[in-house]
Amino acid sequence: MTYSASEMMTVAAARALRNEDICFVGIGLPSAACNLARLTHAPGITLIYESGTLQTRPSVLPLSIGDGELCETALTTTPVVEMFRYWLQGGRITVGFLSGAQVDRFGNLNSTVIGDYDKPKVRLPGSGGATEIATCCQKTFIIVRHTPRTLVDHVDFVTSLGHGRSGLERHAVGVKTQGPALLVTDLCDMTPAAATKEFTVTSIHPGVTRERIRESTGWTVRFAANATETPPPSETELRALRDLHERTARAHGTVAAD
Amino acid sequence: MAEFLTLAQAVAQYVQDGDVVAAEGFTHLIPFAAGHEIIRQGRRDLTLVRMTPDILYDQMIGMGAARKLIFSWGGNPGVGSLHRLRDAIEHGWPHPLEIEEHSHAGLANAYEAGAAGMPCAIFRGYQGSELARVNPNIGFVICPFTGERLACVPAIRPDVAIIHAQQADRAGNILVKGIVGVQKEAVLAARRAIATVEEIVDQLAAGSPNAVVLPNWTVSAVSVAPGGARPSYAHGYYRRDNSFYVAWDAISRDRETFLEWMQANVLETHFVETMA
Repeated sequence: MTYSASEMMTVAAARALRNEDICFVGIGLPSAACNLARLTHAPGITLIYESGTLQTRPSVLPLSIGDGELCETALTTTPVVEMFRYWLQGGRITVGFLSGAQVDRFGNLNSTVIGDYDKPKVRLPGSGGATEIATCCQKTFIIVRHTPRTLVDHVDFVTSLGHGRSGLERHAVGVKTQGPALLVTDLCDMTPAAATKEFTVTSIHPGVTRERIRESTGWTVRFAANATETPPPSETELRALRDLHERTARAHGTVAAD
Repeated sequence: MAEFLTLAQAVAQYVQDGDVVAAEGFTHLIPFAAGHEIIRQGRRDLTLVRMTPDILYDQMIGMGAARKLIFSWGGNPGVGSLHRLRDAIEHGWPHPLEIEEHSHAGLANAYEAGAAGMPCAIFRGYQGSELARVNPNIGFVICPFTGERLACVPAIRPDVAIIHAQQADRAGNILVKGIVGVQKEAVLAARRAIATVEEIVDQLAAGSPNAVVLPNWTVSAVSVAPGGARPSYAHGYYRRDNSFYVAWDAISRDRETFLEWMQANVLETHFVETMA
């Protein structure tokens, strides 16, 4: 089966999740990846959305973080304060899945402004849950489309801490969790180098050249010595993803995403 | 003790120019009918508090009702930008908007502190985030027992909280079901509270002794507003109008189109009400 770069990205991101994970899910790209994992290799995964919907099993992707579908298919729904205090801050989440408008080589995420905070060129939505998801989950995965405007040398604003501007700041600000452990794009997978925490290409999606990755990355990107090729999406993965998008489009009255 | 009022009466009596207003509802049960009534009554200089401003505050900001916005996520969920909010911040239209920006954890904790009668909330947050640099209402304190550095934000104490709920009983007790958000905290944190409801019932359909029920002495006014959360939704009554959220992107992108839409759909309409 042929597939799009976007489908490859979602499949690669889904594969990173384990059946045992307790996952705090961001809306958009993370939500598609997390639900694909649940519908394929990780049927037992616990998905939690910041609306308080705990252990939810939506049959279609929610448009918003608080769609009725999430509540109706959840084991239980908690007040939002409880979600952030007991479940997230309490250290019960194994992985937080985030996205953002900008990400740098150390996994710092900007979802606040492009340009200066006081005179923004583009005002973005802001943190939502991301700031504390980034520090309270045991680790985080990041998923973004790979463009030089998104993978940037310096984020305009650190909304959510990755490994800090120097790559080594989590400990200094008192954060004990692991932080960004994986960056998945439509071109490749990156993981932080052990010593520097710099995101390094570890797996290249089929048909993507190193040159393309270099051109699409805002910093001088490094490739791991043992970088491999990402296995293409299986028929099972693709069917599950397309069915999910079709059900979603029908439910929302929109065109299926890819 | 809650009084049954029409929505127009409730807003006239309990929402004043310059008030700090928290119209809450986390995606679910957003009190659109009440917000529209505030716009129709021409309130000005409001400080609007909401975790997710959503289309409702986009409309109130675009119509010039707000002086300041306290928020933690200002987008159109699953769609993109809130264009009226962006226009106010980026271009000062219809007039400049002061912002106080938090994370969800920060604002949720601030509501809880307000409900608990505390001056501030303490929690583990904002570590390494530049939000702490741009918002002077984000501080840090040292735990006297462990030495851990913890985030601290002032409690939210709105002049008036506004919520939409499924039901009130004839005494004015309020039932909220489904995604319950921070409505209970917002009401208990506020000096006054207005609850709009889908219907008045003899007996609240709580379904469990642990349901979120706000006693009638915690709210100032109850107004019947069936459909009052649309295009948001009311669990058990009607679904979220996701296609309207998508359509809002085009309606709100342009100032003229926005104003025409508001004229036809908010200013020249009034909520059809029934008294209890």
